[in-house]
Amino acid sequence: MPDQFLFAVEVFINGLMSGVLYALVALGFVLIYKASGIFNYAQGVMALFAAMTLVGIMDGQVPFSHIINSVFGTNLHHFGWHVPALLAILLTAGVMVLFAWLVQRLVMRHLVGQEPIILFMATIGLAYFLEGVSDLMWGSEIKKLDIGLPQGGSLWIEDMTAGLGGDNFYGFFIDNLDMVATVVAALLVTGLVLFSQYTKQGRAMRAVADDHQAALSVGISLNFIWVLVWSVAGFVALVAGIMWGTKSGVQFSLSLIALKALPVLMLGGFTSIPGAIVGGLIIGVGEKMFEFAIGPMVGGATENWFAYVLALLFLVFRPQGLFGEKIIERV
Amino acid sequence: MFYRESGDFKTSYEQDSQTFPIKFDRYRYYAVLAIAFLVVPFVINDYWANAILLPFLIYAIAAIGLNILVGYAGQVSLGTGGFMAVGAYACYKFMTMMPEVSMFVHVLLAGGMTAIVCVAFGLPSLRIKGFYLAVATLAAQFFLVWLFNRVPWFYNYSASGQISAPERDVFGILITGPNAPAWATYMFSLIFLTFCALIARNLTRGTLGRSWMAIRDMDIAAEIIGVNPMKAKLTAFGVSGFFIGISGALFFSVYLGAVEVGEAFGITKSFLVLFMVIIGGLGSIFGSFAGAAFLVLLPVVLKVVGVDVLGWPTDIVAHFQLVIVGALIIVFLIMEPHGLAQLWRVAKEKLRLWPFPH
Repeated sequence: MPDQFLFAVEVFINGLMSGVLYALVALGFVLIYKASGIFNYAQGVMALFAAMTLVGIMDGQVPFSHIINSVFGTNLHHFGWHVPALLAILLTAGVMVLFAWLVQRLVMRHLVGQEPIILFMATIGLAYFLEGVSDLMWGSEIKKLDIGLPQGGSLWIEDMTAGLGGDNFYGFFIDNLDMVATVVAALLVTGLVLFSQYTKQGRAMRAVADDHQAALSVGISLNFIWVLVWSVAGFVALVAGIMWGTKSGVQFSLSLIALKALPVLMLGGFTSIPGAIVGGLIIGVGEKMFEFAIGPMVGGATENWFAYVLALLFLVFRPQGLFGEKIIERV
Repeated sequence: MFYRESGDFKTSYEQDSQTFPIKFDRYRYYAVLAIAFLVVPFVINDYWANAILLPFLIYAIAAIGLNILVGYAGQVSLGTGGFMAVGAYACYKFMTMMPEVSMFVHVLLAGGMTAIVCVAFGLPSLRIKGFYLAVATLAAQFFLVWLFNRVPWFYNYSASGQISAPERDVFGILITGPNAPAWATYMFSLIFLTFCALIARNLTRGTLGRSWMAIRDMDIAAEIIGVNPMKAKLTAFGVSGFFIGISGALFFSVYLGAVEVGEAFGITKSFLVLFMVIIGGLGSIFGSFAGAAFLVLLPVVLKVVGVDVLGWPTDIVAHFQLVIVGALIIVFLIMEPHGLAQLWRVAKEKLRLWPFPH
């Protein structure tokens, strides 16, 4: 086989893998949008906050140590213990549930019945707030997140595929972490589907997504469901935060992946979980292939905008996305 | 007592349709103009011009532009940063290609250029709306910033990839470059702001503004009563782009002087201007001023209080600023979704009855 073709295949596979990571972030958006009609811009910052909290708990960092030190003149840094990864993840999940409850209690409850755009703006405000809080709590320097996931290229796959091409071809380079992420994403989606199909709370969640008023009239508590949905979205953010944080360190740019998830959503449709997955894969493959094929001709770094332009062109032909519900408008 | 319409008789059509129908409002408006044009230029110094007044004037223009698009026409745009970059780079190209032409012309041409680009990116709004459109405008943001970073023609092949404004004067007075006096840059921006605010105010009161508002309130109903949605949406994008382009050009040439596109016109700029519009009040020209003033003053006040008075490190103050801006936006949306402009309106209603409220 020609090397060029093999390189393209490698790019394709890596695109699929990074697409899975985009899809992970997009999932959190879809969950909240389906249940409450809120387009949650803060999803990316939630991932950042979750990852930072996880690192902070694992290292036994003192929260708000910076600000306490500068007000009281103390010199606090660490409690001096290390929490095992699994326990830290559980604790972080607890923090995300608490956060969900606070958001519902303090913000969303007061905004029921407002226009969608106002709700969207509120989540942008929430994103700024949360970003500031997580910086104040844990400090803004780049942190390393290591919960024992395998990293680096997979030697096994490289050895297996090395014989396919000529002398210039050393086998496919595929990151172990990406493969773990793929498995985790598959598990997560299966779990979510099972949860929403077979549990009482899951059914209530779908009922709320279908029709708020009808759900209220059969005795479902909207407040509880919204806290539940925000908690689940917080959990998805935690998973996304762990994956991205392990890949490239826990830092501010983590919150920008939310922006990458937007074109994914537009492609897949805001209301569809399979759409988020398929959209993520298309964007992941699309931008890697475009950068591989066209990028060198136009100066590179096309990944910054390709996803948006693709989504934009796509929307012109199908305004509700691939799997979105058909938009019916009445006067 | 002072603020009321009784006894203020209108005897001609011109009087009946003037911008400020209440006498007190009118005099207040003249007073503000007089202070801005006749008093401030004589007392201004470099610190006030660069830290507060220039950013306020320039952001106010951008906020008016975005308010026309989001507040009046209801088309949410997250591409403001990218469009400001178009204004800045167009201005730079015109300044270097035609050095003998007046700066006024350059800035206006830059606005026109941006209007064209903005209309092009507004075309999808005919098919998609709401969030989908908001995300689609992000395409403009990222694509334009990438374009100005990667195509060397736009920054005249300079080694650093930056653009920096050459020295240009208007009627012999230096406007751009590091040696321009504070009062001249202030006056130059003020003239543009006044001009933009006047146009915006009168456009929104007329046929065009009414068609924008009809589209915003319900586009299908508007179409049925005979508003052309294509014309309304595209003119909104065009006019908005013109103002945003002017503000981008001023931001680059008069205020900063040298610009690196990703840093000065990134996505955060889009959000900043959007926040100004929301906090100020959607669909209000006064709100654009109030929002711009608020968000320009807030960091300055926080810095003075945090760093100078309390003695905290600057990075903590910067993080607090994020927290406070975020919290303020949420509080505003909960307490007063119509922004500072609504507070102003309520105050005026109260004033009308004062001092006998019953």
